[in-house]
Amino acid sequence: MTPTFSILASLLPYLRRYRRPLLLGLAILVVNVVVFTSIPYILKLAIDALSTTITPHRLLGFAGLLLLAVLLRGVLQYFQRLILINVSRKIEYDLRNDILERLEQLSLSFFQRTRTGDIMARATNDLNAVRNMVGPGLMYSAYALVLFLSVLAILFRIDAQLTLLVFLPAPFVSLAVQWFGKRIHERFERIQSMFSSLATRVEENLAGLRVIRAYAREEREIASFDELNRDYVRRNLRLVLLSGAFDPMLQLLLGLAFVLVLWFGGRAVLAHRISLGSFVAFNAYMMQMSFPMVAMGWVINLVQRGSASLARIQELLDEVPAIADTPDTDPSLTTVVGEIEFRGLSFAYLPGQPILADINLRIPAGATVALVGPTGSGKTTLATLIPRLCEAPPGTVLIDGRPIRDFPLAALRHHIGLVPQETFLFSDTLQANIAFGRPDAGADAVTEAADIAGLSSDVADFPEGFQTRVGERGLTLSGGQKQRTALARAVLRNPSILILDDALASVDTVTEERILQRLLENRERDRRRPDILQPRRTTLLISHRVSTIRNADLIVVLDRGQIAEQGTHAELIGRGGLYAELYEKQLLEEELQRVD
Amino acid sequence: MSSAQQDEEVLGKAYDGRLMRRLLHYVKPYKWQVAFATLTALLHSFTQVVGPYLNQVAIDRYLFPSRAGGANSLLGRHLAPDATHGITQIGVIYIAMLLLGFVLDFAQTYSMQWVGQQSMYQLRRELFHHLQRLQLSFFDHNPVGRLVTRVTNDVEALNEMIANALVAFFDDSFVLVLIIVIMVRFNWKLSLITLAMLPLIAVATALFRRAVRDSYRRIRVALARINSFLQEHVSGMSVVQVFNREQRAYEEFQAINRVHLDAWSDAIFAHAVYYPVIEILATLAVALILWYGGLKVMHGTLSLGIVVATIQYAQRFFRPIQDLGEKYNTLQSAMASSERIFKLLDTPITLQSPAQPHSLPVGLGRIEFDHVWFAYRDQDWILKDVSFTVAAGSTCAIVGHTGAGKTTLISLLLRFYDVQRGRIMIDGVDIRTLELTELRRRFGVVLQDPYLFTGTIASNIRLSDPALPDVDVARAAEEVNLADFVDRLPERYDTPLRERGTSLSTGQKQLVSFARALAANPPFLILDEATSSVDTETELHIRDALHKLTTGRTGIIIAHRLSTIQRADVILVMHKGVVRERGSHQQLLQQRGIYWKLYRLQYKDQELSLESAPQPAM
Repeated sequence: MTPTFSILASLLPYLRRYRRPLLLGLAILVVNVVVFTSIPYILKLAIDALSTTITPHRLLGFAGLLLLAVLLRGVLQYFQRLILINVSRKIEYDLRNDILERLEQLSLSFFQRTRTGDIMARATNDLNAVRNMVGPGLMYSAYALVLFLSVLAILFRIDAQLTLLVFLPAPFVSLAVQWFGKRIHERFERIQSMFSSLATRVEENLAGLRVIRAYAREEREIASFDELNRDYVRRNLRLVLLSGAFDPMLQLLLGLAFVLVLWFGGRAVLAHRISLGSFVAFNAYMMQMSFPMVAMGWVINLVQRGSASLARIQELLDEVPAIADTPDTDPSLTTVVGEIEFRGLSFAYLPGQPILADINLRIPAGATVALVGPTGSGKTTLATLIPRLCEAPPGTVLIDGRPIRDFPLAALRHHIGLVPQETFLFSDTLQANIAFGRPDAGADAVTEAADIAGLSSDVADFPEGFQTRVGERGLTLSGGQKQRTALARAVLRNPSILILDDALASVDTVTEERILQRLLENRERDRRRPDILQPRRTTLLISHRVSTIRNADLIVVLDRGQIAEQGTHAELIGRGGLYAELYEKQLLEEELQRVD
Repeated sequence: MSSAQQDEEVLGKAYDGRLMRRLLHYVKPYKWQVAFATLTALLHSFTQVVGPYLNQVAIDRYLFPSRAGGANSLLGRHLAPDATHGITQIGVIYIAMLLLGFVLDFAQTYSMQWVGQQSMYQLRRELFHHLQRLQLSFFDHNPVGRLVTRVTNDVEALNEMIANALVAFFDDSFVLVLIIVIMVRFNWKLSLITLAMLPLIAVATALFRRAVRDSYRRIRVALARINSFLQEHVSGMSVVQVFNREQRAYEEFQAINRVHLDAWSDAIFAHAVYYPVIEILATLAVALILWYGGLKVMHGTLSLGIVVATIQYAQRFFRPIQDLGEKYNTLQSAMASSERIFKLLDTPITLQSPAQPHSLPVGLGRIEFDHVWFAYRDQDWILKDVSFTVAAGSTCAIVGHTGAGKTTLISLLLRFYDVQRGRIMIDGVDIRTLELTELRRRFGVVLQDPYLFTGTIASNIRLSDPALPDVDVARAAEEVNLADFVDRLPERYDTPLRERGTSLSTGQKQLVSFARALAANPPFLILDEATSSVDTETELHIRDALHKLTTGRTGIIIAHRLSTIQRADVILVMHKGVVRERGSHQQLLQQRGIYWKLYRLQYKDQELSLESAPQPAM
């Protein structure tokens, strides 16, 4: 039980935020229950009067009282539900916001080791289970507890002996709920996992369809699915054996209470120990009690599931942001000129599997440097270290001669334009996607950025221009269009450091050359504008294409995480190493593309 | 929310006669079980309403004896005159009824669950069977995830309806009818009070449903937006971070989260009003019964027991009505699911074996493409007038750039798709006249993605024939140089493979799929080589295995490896859907055309790395 409590304690900050409505809601709940339990008592008084002497006037009085009680209860119940359930929805709202806030602080490495589906499951199913625990779970358990206690108190006052007798089945009800609840839960879990293996089976079958058809294996697939299908049915029926008996069993045990009232209560009436009205009231109270008895099992289940889910959410919220500002951050560093230096940089995502080893490289501000090398040589990793998406060891990456960690994270990123390898656009308008890093940018700026990125003529073809929606619900852009949009997005920020990570691979070479030309022009125009702080932009090009990089000031060839060679295009061709070989292959490739 | 999601969320009408009839078709084989369940439901409803009646008898006969109208019931006359004895008798009857109720309720639940399970078993079976027959072009447009949902969640929704709503609907109705009958028999005027509440409850329920339907729709939309926002931002978090969008994204998220919260608070409001209203109406009935019935008791025209029992019935009257409302929801989602399921089942199978299939002559093995045209869509030709012949026992290598149509050739030969024009023949017989499995069984196939199934290494090798003896499995593995690797594993051939063999390297997976193709000992071999790079040692293993695979068979190989190409009897160069060059390696090199360029481009590195590697011991 202790771990459950410590997990539940993590809800306290959220509950505390709504302390007043929670306490008010619970207070209303108590009054509500008291009014509720007065109803059978009014009935008792009326029946007692009817079985002795009564005037029509008094009878009307009882009926009126009954009505008054239920109207009051109606109002109370309305507020009780409104307040308590709304609090649970607000806590859900807060938790959901907090989850996103935490996710926004976590580094790339977290998202690399955690599956999206897993994060989504926590933010959806688990959150829902916690909501159920805080909402209906809390409300009904409080309700059941207060109701149980007040009914017990009233019945004891009417007749203690009879109360003890009719509550005889109560422990059995609770035992039955526990016994069945546990077993049903176990069988249900097993069925859930079978259900997902059924789904996995179908999924695997459909994903491997070609192999199955090629090997004419359909019949055997059907047979093996059939086996699983049969097993699923068998297990379900095993569950029904229990769950099908559970509800009738509760009905039976609760019915037994009514029999006891009739039996012992009837005798008590005959012995004039209790009145007829008390007899009727006992029946009515039993009716009221049946709900909390049944609900307890359900509530226990809600709390069990809710606390397991809460633990999973808490695990996410407890994740420490690996990359964040520290007390050592120098808040005065708000601009970036553009010099980048790697000093003895080694990097590994997992210990023992180095991605980069002893990289030493200084890129002067304003230079255009190209990174080339085979897949897996560490180019992209190197690029992600500059905007601190991943964290390099201290002192190994320097910007403008200062350790990168001295810069406030937001300021550093503000001056870096990254166009990643896998283009990621959001389901929004083209305008919003381009202005992603500068939401305040005017239409002119967006148009200019799109123009530089070579996107203008495409946009002109879209019926809605920059207001065209892209992504899931909108237009599907081609790979090249997506990449150029991502480029425009980076260009619009006018960054001091621009990183193109294989960012134009889906754009044909002629267009690419034109775009690079424009980027260069743009850079030179900046130089003529004294109001721009940085005279030239540092550009880092990662590419497989020689045509992209041949004009770079410096070409760095990476191989297995190390710098294999560096120099200008001419120098490297002269050396006849990896780069020269790459160049030769690409010339052939271009030749082949011209065949039609 | 994508259109697909909307498709999943549409809730149509709760009852559709056409769908219902089709659905009941699956229940029909179990009509006797359903009849039994209905009968038990009927009997069960009697046991459910007996309590207040017994109270009435006890009160009027013993506790507060009355001679007033209706007090003398049928049961009352058979009971003992002595009060204590009589109460005991009533108690015994009550217990007996409870026990009977327990048995009947269980019998009803179990038999309907049984019917639900059996009929859903049948439906799942049909769905899966249909999926195994549908042509591949169907799967090009229908994402796997959605099809999985059909077989799983949608069927489950139907089960829910059959097992929990179909007969339970009768149960609730019977209880309602019985309560009405008993109340009317007690005193029809008194019963009118309760019945008068019915239209009020109906109006309140209708208003409530309309209110929550709208908020539930808003909730669904908001939730879908929340989820897709979250999904998108989790996937693109580094973009958010690099562009300093954290704060703004947070605010956007907060806004749609707020829409969700607001929609819920409307729904909560509706609930908070509805439940008290129902309870007020129920208690209003109780108060009126107490007042009107009380007056009659005072006048001596009605017994106290009847007033008490009518009050108790009035309190029990409203539960089944609310239950029926819940069944309505179940019915509604079941209808939506069945519509989707039947749509899938109704998708016609357009590619299947002919009614009177020809059989293939044994022994030869010539493959012929005769002016074949093919497009996946409309006039978007992937293959344009392709003709070539592969002589029996020879190996034909196909090379070309990505998108040249190489893989399509293989898909057509295996008749995953039908050609639009021209024909494909094996030993002069059009493959469309052959039985599908007969055709495909003749091929040993290695596809580009070496797809492995969950199971063991052995079960993946004996894919074509599960009865293949262990020795043959081992021999196939031996032949393709997989045995060394397998022998190093602690469980050898019984090593379990999970999630498409993620525990194996690409090269190892490829070797397993080679062994699989070889184990079938097929007369034809089709091989779509994977392009992914493997280490030198595996590369040598594969090279050697390929040689063994092609010996003595007619083979079509989409080649990326030099060793494969050079050994081929004929090489076809595909370019943009057309066979541009054909001939042997040397002939094609001399042409100095596309092949020559491709060769220099793709195979130069390979050649270098292979030559520098040590030769394996064979």
